[in-house]
Amino acid sequence: MTTPSTSSVDSGGTQGAGSNGSPRPLPEQRRSRGRATTPAAPREITTGFLAGRVIALGLVAAIDLYAGPPLISGRHWAGVVILAAVSLVIAYVYLSKRHVPVKYLLPGTIFLIAFQVLPVLYTLTTAVTNFGDGHRGNKDEAIVAIQTSSLQQVANAPEYGLSPALDKSDHLVFLLVTTDAAGDRKVQVGTADGLKDLPGANVGLTGKVTEADGYTILNAGDAAGRAEEIGAFAVPTGQGAIKSSGLSRAVELKATKLYDAGCDCVTDVASGTKYTADESKGYFVGPNGDNLSQGWKVNVGLHNFARLVNDPAISGPFLGSFVWNIVFALSSVFFSFALGMICALALHSPRVRGTKLYRTLLILPYAMPSFAMLLVWRDMFNTDFGLINRVFGSHIDWLGQPMTARFALILVNMWLGFPYMFLVATGALQAIPRELTEASSIDGATAWQGFKRVTLPLLLVALSPLLISSFAYNFNNFNAVQFITKGGPFPPDNASSGATDLLITYTYRLAFGGSGAQFGFAAAISTIIFAIVATMSAIAFRRTRKLEEVYS
Amino acid sequence: MTWVKRVGWRHLVLILIVLFALFPIAFVVSAAINPLGTLSSSELYPTGASFENFHKLFTDSRYPFVHWFVNSTLIALVSAFASVFISMCAAYAFSRMKFRGRRGGLLALMLIQMFPQFLAMVTIFMIFTTVTDLWPAFGFNEVWGLLVLYLGGALGVNTWLMKGFLDTVPRELDESATIDGASHAQAFFRVILPLVAPILAVTALLAFIGTINEFIFASFFLTDPESKTLAVGLYGMIAGDRNVNFGMFAAGSLLTAVPTVAVFLWLQKYIVNGLTAGAVKG
Repeated sequence: MTTPSTSSVDSGGTQGAGSNGSPRPLPEQRRSRGRATTPAAPREITTGFLAGRVIALGLVAAIDLYAGPPLISGRHWAGVVILAAVSLVIAYVYLSKRHVPVKYLLPGTIFLIAFQVLPVLYTLTTAVTNFGDGHRGNKDEAIVAIQTSSLQQVANAPEYGLSPALDKSDHLVFLLVTTDAAGDRKVQVGTADGLKDLPGANVGLTGKVTEADGYTILNAGDAAGRAEEIGAFAVPTGQGAIKSSGLSRAVELKATKLYDAGCDCVTDVASGTKYTADESKGYFVGPNGDNLSQGWKVNVGLHNFARLVNDPAISGPFLGSFVWNIVFALSSVFFSFALGMICALALHSPRVRGTKLYRTLLILPYAMPSFAMLLVWRDMFNTDFGLINRVFGSHIDWLGQPMTARFALILVNMWLGFPYMFLVATGALQAIPRELTEASSIDGATAWQGFKRVTLPLLLVALSPLLISSFAYNFNNFNAVQFITKGGPFPPDNASSGATDLLITYTYRLAFGGSGAQFGFAAAISTIIFAIVATMSAIAFRRTRKLEEVYS
Repeated sequence: MTWVKRVGWRHLVLILIVLFALFPIAFVVSAAINPLGTLSSSELYPTGASFENFHKLFTDSRYPFVHWFVNSTLIALVSAFASVFISMCAAYAFSRMKFRGRRGGLLALMLIQMFPQFLAMVTIFMIFTTVTDLWPAFGFNEVWGLLVLYLGGALGVNTWLMKGFLDTVPRELDESATIDGASHAQAFFRVILPLVAPILAVTALLAFIGTINEFIFASFFLTDPESKTLAVGLYGMIAGDRNVNFGMFAAGSLLTAVPTVAVFLWLQKYIVNGLTAGAVKG
């Protein structure tokens, strides 16, 4: 692996006439490995050595320069501290000559901690909250949201001529002109913090500000481009806020629900109803037990887990999904292993010709992108246009009935999974010594007996770790279910849990399904899946150890 | 008669299974070149041949297929190489060095391996909501954010596998390099990596396929039409109008499949080792 040309570079330092750059230094490493006679000496400082450190430091600096400023300007001091600590650790590890193993472990570990360990821990803490739609922020945010959403235009409220503008730091502001009863004009600037007088601005014929020092007024096109931002912008006033009404007018709105810190309650101005904060539910609750739709995030303890047991609308379907989940994972592994093993056994004979061709064709399903093939299968099962119904001349609503949908899923998953099983079974079969099967046939065993008593047990011992991983994988085989049935068909009275739902697709729908995200509850179910998978894997690995002791 | 009994049945079984394996693929091919381009007119065998679906796929402005293809390939390539590299580094430390916490680290990785990253999807969504505010380049609708996220799962998935490979490489090879004065980095990059290159290629290929097929994260991460991956984009293409768009979808699937299938068949003989060598021994 040494490069023969290296030594010539050293002697020919001046080669390449006209190049005034210094001769490229010879990488120390090439020399030392080329000459095996050199004894191990304390290492000199080589270019590789330097380059590694320069790259490490450069990366750290780049990350800090990129990640630091937003953290500082957003006053996320904890984030700043973590960033600094991580940078110091990286710099220390790669600059020092010691801690060699850490140099190799650090990159992966950082990613692992940031995007796997922390999310898992965060999941555990989210599982005991009511976080989700209606409970996204803290209490102060909920109060602001309640007051803002209760804003209403009242009679005789002041109206303003509006010019949306940008201030010096490019933040949206409203330049507002009012005319009072006496006909005097007053020009103000409204920011997210409130109203301020704005002297010295030019007001045009339309009653709008046309020019003001320090502000860039948006022209009609720019304003239209930011229409959404302008519509959401609110300038707080004492009892409400000024909001735009179209792009050239603004009106003052009054809040009809007001928060009072004294009683820790929200009062509906019109009806006088008081909604008192309930810290255990994260809602403002009225006298009749009804609550305002905006709540805040609170700790609900084990409530999410208790729902799985106590709430009959959830516990029944959940148990059903759980049983189906296990059936699905087991039968996926079983059928794909059976079919894969049959292929491997059929090919496992020196007399069979065309082995290579068979093998290539058999692994094609594994090489095809599975998401696309899942969608193709789904459409082959389509009732009206699907290939399967057209070939058989039937009109079965395959994916619309629980049993046929389950059958379809297992069939498809077998199709996707058997090539993998075929490959690993082939590998394992080749590792079984022929003497063993020959001995059994000399002893008078039939081929079937030989298979059942000798080959199969040995195969199972060799492949059980893979079968277990395959089970764990299929237990959470999100794509198969999401792409083919989306968890359906759903019973008419329950749109949240379908006949082919796995726990993972159920969780996905709870979190991102569109009908009110329930992050806390979804996290609780994730936690349960963690527990189930861990328990099953632990039991299964113990069993395999026993199997190995029996057969080895 | 004896031929049938000894070999013939094998061919019969194999041909049946090959038919089962191939018919959905035949259907995709036939649908992709079906000039009508609808699901209801697609048959198992081609009824006509045209590149109409491919043409539509590249010109239809609602479905920026080229963007999807580039996004998917970029994410999958970079994450395959990067994840193989970082887990290889970790495996090198675990296989060749003695340090405190080695056993603990290996055990922890085994445990983490059991927890698929996507189970934490809820909190990952929440974390990236903050990331999008602070560092938009790594937030939602950006391939880089998704890429970084995928790397988080790398160490847990591949390290044990890689350590299995490395344990089969004789220690004498890198030890002799060290005696000759090579540093640990030189022994790693110049001796070890070339020796395990074929198996690395297989692992990278499997990681590549895994990433191409990833849907959960990609689906809530990438919602802009142009930032989508193939899995998310093609899924959306036939989510709405599945009959009419089916031909285009089949053409897109076929284009997605061609590169992976080619590499897959090329590396075929290494794949069995890649799948079994590192399997966790119970």
